Amino acid sequence: MAMFIDITSWIMMSLGGLFVFIGGVGVLRMPNLYTRMHAASLTDTIGAILIIAGIMLQAGISLATIKLAAILLFLLLTSPTASNALASAALLAGLRPGETDVATAERDK
Amino acid sequence: MSQRLAIKARMLLLLALLVVAWLLWSGLFKPLLLALGTFSCLLTVYLARRMGYFDSDIFALGFGPRLFHYWGWLAKEVVKSSLEVSRIVLNPRLPISPQVVELKASAKHPVSQAILGNSITLTPGTLTMDVHDGVIKVHCLTSEGAAALMSGEMDRRVAALGEN
Repeated sequence: MAMFIDITSWIMMSLGGLFVFIGGVGVLRMPNLYTRMHAASLTDTIGAILIIAGIMLQAGISLATIKLAAILLFLLLTSPTASNALASAALLAGLRPGETDVATAERDK
Repeated sequence: MSQRLAIKARMLLLLALLVVAWLLWSGLFKPLLLALGTFSCLLTVYLARRMGYFDSDIFALGFGPRLFHYWGWLAKEVVKSSLEVSRIVLNPRLPISPQVVELKASAKHPVSQAILGNSITLTPGTLTMDVHDGVIKVHCLTSEGAAALMSGEMDRRVAALGEN
């Protein structure tokens, strides 16, 4: 049973790490701020969920698990709020969604 | 009870909740940590006051068990769209068709609209840019994602959440 829990938690943490990595690759590949934010959201949604759930399995039934659950809850409530703030700030600053940013234009030349 | 007094009472209630939460989570009673706790509790109440958080009843929403049911559905959506976005990122041709759509929120309460906006952002591939008069401006990574959003299932579920 302990073995089974260990393996499940390893799989979850590895998958979480993989999604964080894909999120990072996506941030580099996407053409502008808004599309980059879609890739970055892989990191703070499914990446965070899988990694924290994996650590919770390692911690077992303890105070640490309750604290981890609280961290995950607060993360899932606050990270979209921060994303909204970033997106609406970009919109107010006049960055149009269709534009390609300077760095990408340089790269594709 | 006058409005000013009601606001004061709500501020004190939130402050008490925050202090208790801080003490329970930390469990340490060193002067430095207590001072940091006092500072962050007061700062939180001050910021909430500035945001107009105390102007209406704090505990107006009684979601209860339905909220957990919604979270389960949302988790499933997050997994589905995460796989979809990962597939797009790893595709050498990067098949994106970004577009901005406007979704009319069925729910009228500001908290329900905030839940809808945050749920949209939490799902990879859709991003809330702006909420104004119940119309949510959403940036979608693909036209399929936009079509799925406009089918309005999430909107219906959030609206059902707010009904009592």
